[in-house]
Amino acid sequence: MTSALAVDSALVLLVLGLALWVTAARAAYSAAVGFVAYGLLLTIVWVRLAAVDVAMTEAALGTGLTGLLLLGAAARLAPYESAEAARRPGPGLRWLVGLLCAAVAAGLAAAVLLLPDPAPTLAPLVAENLAATGVGNPITGVLLAHRAIDTLLETVVLVPALIGVWSLAADQDWGRRPGSLTPLHAGSALTLLAQVLPPFGILVGVHLVWAGADDPGGKFQGATVLAAMWVLVLVAGLREPPAVRGRSLRLLLVVGALFFVGVGVAGIWLADAFLAYPEGLAKPLILAIEIVLTPSIAVILGLLLAGPPVAEGPSGARS
Amino acid sequence: MSGPTLFGLCGAALVGLGLYWLICQPGALRKILAFNLIGSGVFLLFGAIARRGGGALSAAQAGPGLGIDSDPVPQALIITGLVVAFAATAIAVALLVRLAEQSGRSTLEGDTPPSPAAPTEGGH
Repeated sequence: MTSALAVDSALVLLVLGLALWVTAARAAYSAAVGFVAYGLLLTIVWVRLAAVDVAMTEAALGTGLTGLLLLGAAARLAPYESAEAARRPGPGLRWLVGLLCAAVAAGLAAAVLLLPDPAPTLAPLVAENLAATGVGNPITGVLLAHRAIDTLLETVVLVPALIGVWSLAADQDWGRRPGSLTPLHAGSALTLLAQVLPPFGILVGVHLVWAGADDPGGKFQGATVLAAMWVLVLVAGLREPPAVRGRSLRLLLVVGALFFVGVGVAGIWLADAFLAYPEGLAKPLILAIEIVLTPSIAVILGLLLAGPPVAEGPSGARS
Repeated sequence: MSGPTLFGLCGAALVGLGLYWLICQPGALRKILAFNLIGSGVFLLFGAIARRGGGALSAAQAGPGLGIDSDPVPQALIITGLVVAFAATAIAVALLVRLAEQSGRSTLEGDTPPSPAAPTEGGH
């Protein structure tokens, strides 16, 4: 027990040290690199907290895709960075803010130390009712049966997020291809990686979705891996991102959420409640929702990374 | 002190640290990074509470052999939160890049805006 606690303490020190690096690093690019390392350490923390599903999501989404997004932004914003230092608040204000933030952290820490014992938990309820859903992974059961409304809203919210990113395009560029993932150097080792890795990555992604019913995994983790493979191909310049005007692309983006809503509405007649599943059909329906949602989520995540549409360069070479 | 408590305290420290730099860093990208630190701190607090709930279960009633070591309801909400946090970060980054292209600055102060740089319109 004590050795486990020693490992946990070292992990916490590393996480806090990297968090300091992320915030205090001189250049935003180094900070973004630090954020990726920080996310990978958090993944280990999640495993230590017995939350393997969260660890997978953190590694793929919170670290991988967010890291790529921040690295790309840091590289594009580097020219503007030198003007930032002059805008730093004065020492007096920083002391005040530091004291107040320390008070917030101390309050949260006190809340952690004073948590009620025995801990309130919904785990027994989930365990009792899991058999009715037919799935073996309690987290998938919660996501798609007990708290399906949260998951539905979340899948729907991804679509307005993408619309928000797209609507930042200049007027004359509307309907063209997204431009944030434009390759800089062709013919590098990246091209080879983008040719070799995707078949395996796609297999891993599909496996995560399929295994997610009974083991750690699920549509978000699987869709993130699929999106990462697509983004890798785009970054290497092997394919171009689709023009945002495409009708089939837009259908693909919303089909997952529409199917989820459709199943939910059908539940009003078939099982007497919105998002309720008819007796005996829970597992097939949950699997169907996961399978239909996966491509939609993967494409939305990839396009969120690809950014707003931009003007086509003369030879495809842009900043 | 147990492992979950330790990680909960770590989450509290991350929230404080992220909040401080969210206010004190002038660069907007650094603010986005700080905001993500706050987010991960909140998730960590939530995860520590979930672990306590699962531990209480396995200690009190061995359960029907499902091996729930951590309360699955907060875990599902954390996964939902991670996806929404990514979507929000993507929008924030897109807004910031557009702001920098339009106005030539990457901070949020609006008091002395330089005249909009006309040539950056519609490409970069």
